[in-house]
Amino acid sequence: MNLIDLRDIRKTFYLGEVVLPVLKGITLTIAKGEMVALTGASGSGKSTLMNTLGCLDRPTSGAYLLDGEEVTRLSNDARAQMRNHKMGFVFQNFNLLPRTKAQAQVMMPLLYAGSHISQKEARQRATAMLARVGLADRMDHQPSQLSGGQQQRVALARALINHPPLLLADEPTGNLDSQTTREVLALFKQLNEQDGITILIVTHDPKVAATCRRVIRMADGLIEADELTPGGPS
Amino acid sequence: MKALLILLASLTALRRNVMRSALTTLGIVIGVGAVIAMMEIGNGSSAAIQKTIASMGANTLMIFPGAAASGGISFGAGSTMTLTPEDSAAILRECPSVRATAPVVRSRNAPLICGNKNWVPNEINGTTPDFLDVRDWGVAEGAAFDERDVRNASRVCLIGQTVVRELFQGQSPVGQELRLQNVALRVVGVLEKKGANMMGRDQDDILIAPWTTIKFRVSGTTTANTATAAAATGTTTTTPRGQLYPGSAQGLYASRSAIQAKNSPMPVRMITVDQIIVSATSAAETQGATSEITSLLHERHHIAEAEVDDFNVRDMAEITKALTSTTVMMTNLLLVVAMISLLVGGVGIMNIMLVSVTERTREIGLRMAVGARGRDILRQFLTEAVMLCLAGGAMGIALGRTTSYLVTTILHWPTLPSLGAIIASVLVSASVGIIFGFYPAWKASRLDPIEALRYE
Repeated sequence: MNLIDLRDIRKTFYLGEVVLPVLKGITLTIAKGEMVALTGASGSGKSTLMNTLGCLDRPTSGAYLLDGEEVTRLSNDARAQMRNHKMGFVFQNFNLLPRTKAQAQVMMPLLYAGSHISQKEARQRATAMLARVGLADRMDHQPSQLSGGQQQRVALARALINHPPLLLADEPTGNLDSQTTREVLALFKQLNEQDGITILIVTHDPKVAATCRRVIRMADGLIEADELTPGGPS
Repeated sequence: MKALLILLASLTALRRNVMRSALTTLGIVIGVGAVIAMMEIGNGSSAAIQKTIASMGANTLMIFPGAAASGGISFGAGSTMTLTPEDSAAILRECPSVRATAPVVRSRNAPLICGNKNWVPNEINGTTPDFLDVRDWGVAEGAAFDERDVRNASRVCLIGQTVVRELFQGQSPVGQELRLQNVALRVVGVLEKKGANMMGRDQDDILIAPWTTIKFRVSGTTTANTATAAAATGTTTTTPRGQLYPGSAQGLYASRSAIQAKNSPMPVRMITVDQIIVSATSAAETQGATSEITSLLHERHHIAEAEVDDFNVRDMAEITKALTSTTVMMTNLLLVVAMISLLVGGVGIMNIMLVSVTERTREIGLRMAVGARGRDILRQFLTEAVMLCLAGGAMGIALGRTTSYLVTTILHWPTLPSLGAIIASVLVSASVGIIFGFYPAWKASRLDPIEALRYE
């Protein structure tokens, strides 16, 4: 079954008099358990597509079925719930809360989950999730006390705390050196293979793209190429 | 649970910038502190002023007997005698808004004679020791008579300063005797100077004695005493000075037989008083006290719904009005000052919350990305503002209490702790938080998550 089903998604920005079409009709499906890289030059529309996939933005036209549910017509609050339950975000600049302990960072999305979770249970889940990304001994560290790779792993734990089926990573390795990039990508791969999480990575880096089995290349608001990489490990 | 989590999140956010949070609350701290200190000092002054005005009789009520009417002609107030000393005691016992009562028996103005001097005082009142309490009147020299003197109709009296001046001229009158209608009264005490009342009448020109003494010895208006007095004029052996307590003179006559009593029944007259003065617990309670007394006397005097009252209750409406308007003015003044200082504090809170929203734009974007709805963001920032204000309010209460304590100990101004002011300032600081925190919080909740995440 397809987790993501985009049908002729178009997005046009109106900047005063100027009409700026960014997405010009994207049709795309991503099945559950895939690990996909989204590449393309700056201005090719990949960030806009990412925002649309992440329910942060509404397309001008077209249909988006996420896990079988049409989300383009949902209200802001319903889309917020969608983001909370169905997906996790990882950003290039980590976006951790300043001066906040790792455990509290990871617990944060639980605050907005509709179901009521006791503080104790929330703490246990955060602890388990941090252990899962290999930071069991960094529970009480603040972002300034963590390295870039560790910060990104805290962000990853935060993204996965609600067990979402989809992980959206926007240039997750853009601020990391090659060693930590490899570590983080290995973790992504592990999550994809062991936990079956569908992962979509937006990246410029061909090496990062090469770790994914499927690479979608965008150019000028359209999908230019959608191919399986034989070189990438399955 | 959720509320607790939001509270915790807000606390964490505030703790991230302790210094700024502390400085932000300073406006509220000073505002609330000023309100509390001023309320306490103002309350103290107000209480002192109220006490002064109350001593003028603001909470005094007077009960007069009603009017008698015959053949359509009314004889005016006080023409029936319906009030009894028992009424006075019952009012004190059964009306919760009443602090003290005293029955008053007036004597017609007669000269007081002492040695070779004489003087007609303005008022000659027979009453109980509670009279002094009701009128808030102290004894300057000697002591007041007591309940036993009232029971025994003792020949004692208290006199006002004017009487002292006119009759004793600088000598201490305590222990001296003066004569009132040929009854010798021993002066046991001198009243404090009270000056003229609002109508310019000299209040110090007064003699106070037990009401039994005035009624039975001086005025002698009961049937028994009238009879005794009539008899006394006819006999040489009994002098007016020797007049005894009613009943004790009965021996002069052969008692009436049962048949005589049947033939010419004499109505049993109640012992009545001319007036009852009542002190309500406070000036504000006079209305309540009036209605309590009215219903009690209806019951005691068996007055049905449609019947005319045989008594009148009067209050010092003019003085009470002055007192109330003073208090209202004082409260309004404090309220205005409080509002201004809290407004200033509130603007400070709003300013810092706006800065905080701008500074934390990315945090807001992130929270939205992980599933926070607009109203979750609104609630969080509002909670932060309210918590700042409440913390400021708590510190302000401590500051205000300390200030008023210092004012009392160092400057010796009267202050009065005010629970109302504390509750009000907690409520007001919470409302300031909500009112001035709302706009920044609303602004935060309306941010676009995409732009907020990209904000540098």
